[in-house]
Amino acid sequence: MSRPMADSHRRFLQTMMSNGIISASQAEALHKHCCETHGAHYVADRLDDFINVINAQLQPLFMYIRKGMSEENGLEYYALVNMTETDITRMASDYADNELELFRKTMDLIVDSESGSASSTDILNCADSLRTKKLKKKETELVLNKFVQDKWLNEKDGEYTLSVRCVVEMEQYMRTIYQDLIKVCHVCHNIALQCQMCENPACGIKVHLPCAARYFRARSDPHCPSCNDFWPHEIPEMHRFQTQSSQNLPSSSRENTAPTTSRRSRRS
Amino acid sequence: MSQRKRAVSASQNKTQRRSQATLNEDEEEASFSQVTSSQVQRARENFTSDQIDRKVAEVVQFILIKDQKKIPIRRADIGKHVIKDYKLLYTDIMNRVCRTFEQVFGLKLVETDPKNHIYILINKLDPIQGEPVSMRPVTQKKGLLFVILSVIFMKGGVIKENLVWNTLKKLRVDPGEKHDEFGDVKKVVTDEFVRQKYLEYVKIPHTEPVEYEFRWGLRAEKEVSKLKMLEFVGELFEQDPQSWTQQFREASTQSTVDTSSQRTSS
Repeated sequence: MSRPMADSHRRFLQTMMSNGIISASQAEALHKHCCETHGAHYVADRLDDFINVINAQLQPLFMYIRKGMSEENGLEYYALVNMTETDITRMASDYADNELELFRKTMDLIVDSESGSASSTDILNCADSLRTKKLKKKETELVLNKFVQDKWLNEKDGEYTLSVRCVVEMEQYMRTIYQDLIKVCHVCHNIALQCQMCENPACGIKVHLPCAARYFRARSDPHCPSCNDFWPHEIPEMHRFQTQSSQNLPSSSRENTAPTTSRRSRRS
Repeated sequence: MSQRKRAVSASQNKTQRRSQATLNEDEEEASFSQVTSSQVQRARENFTSDQIDRKVAEVVQFILIKDQKKIPIRRADIGKHVIKDYKLLYTDIMNRVCRTFEQVFGLKLVETDPKNHIYILINKLDPIQGEPVSMRPVTQKKGLLFVILSVIFMKGGVIKENLVWNTLKKLRVDPGEKHDEFGDVKKVVTDEFVRQKYLEYVKIPHTEPVEYEFRWGLRAEKEVSKLKMLEFVGELFEQDPQSWTQQFREASTQSTVDTSSQRTSS
């Protein structure tokens, strides 16, 4: 039983389209704003119902608004996803062919890596062997900057990771391309790139850092949820990955304690 | 499949002997207008509703992507890149596409150039003040645009560019300096807003050194309510909007989105 779409839903959808990806707290505020602007009945905490109305209409268009978690800060985000994209067509109109090839190669490096990141050195090496058209060092740096600015990649200390926008919007594409090669978090079942791994060679399950924080919360003796071996990694603190409060304020003071950097766990 | 091809090629006349793939643009355009109703009926029977649904979705995607770049959409492109074999169903498909844009997105597909069949997507929802603060500075740019549009409107529809720059300077937006919010202000106004068809930036002939003037662009004509703008100005100057008789007359007769915009036609 789907409610019909109203102007409040349309405005929400339009805003999502022009912003690409929004955080859950922005989405809550937007939900309130859209309902109030168009005189629609607003119920706080019913954001998912509201979005489901939109998604019912988007389904025949092979699009939907998807919720995903950032590996960096554990916060949830909403993005508009295209189900028919079997390639990185979303980026196609913004980048040249060789830049797209570089992005694919960077993604390969990141998916392949243990840390879920790729160093700028490794990416520069790729740039040198592109099939389409080689990129010089300076050009590569500019393109990488653009990827970061357009929110496809994050960069820290010369290491590049996939942004939450990339992971949420391109999950379909990544699962198609990488199939079994791509790691999945044992706790939340979404693609896991920056994660902790069980050291038992027969097990090897992966868990996102925020998921580990939640799962192993306050356990002094953590064990692998799959094989029960001792979990040898440092458990991140919960307060670093503050989940959304259901308040309607755009940003409550409590939320901003999550740091923008994440510590990598020590591997033995 | 072959039945359809035979039916199509039998009814397409001598100008279209070449296969679909090698049609050039003019012929692409011409093929839109040489369709009979019996051809359409036959075509409807040749495709499943699932296939047609899919095509509608593809056209919607195509238009959304082009519109994101604010590139006007040409009917020939839709035909060549998306509709392709479903050409005879163009009208059916486009009708559904238009309905989808209105009902799902609150957008309207408007023909800006009836001769060359070029479309843009405009916003059917009323522009509003104050989006949630944490959104990108899309609204700030709209504010900037609104100021410029109102100056042009109040001054009779055409103004020299100096007037725009002076007005902005009074608001501490200096086109000569890099602005915190807008960056290169001159570029935003003369390039971005013009490309998006909110403004027209036209050379005044026989001027030395070259001077330019600003007018409202087609998208502004369709999306911005002159009546609302006049009300706003009235509040600003604490005057009755009707006291500007010329502007009031123009605002009252503006054909906005809701009244008379043409639907797409084949």
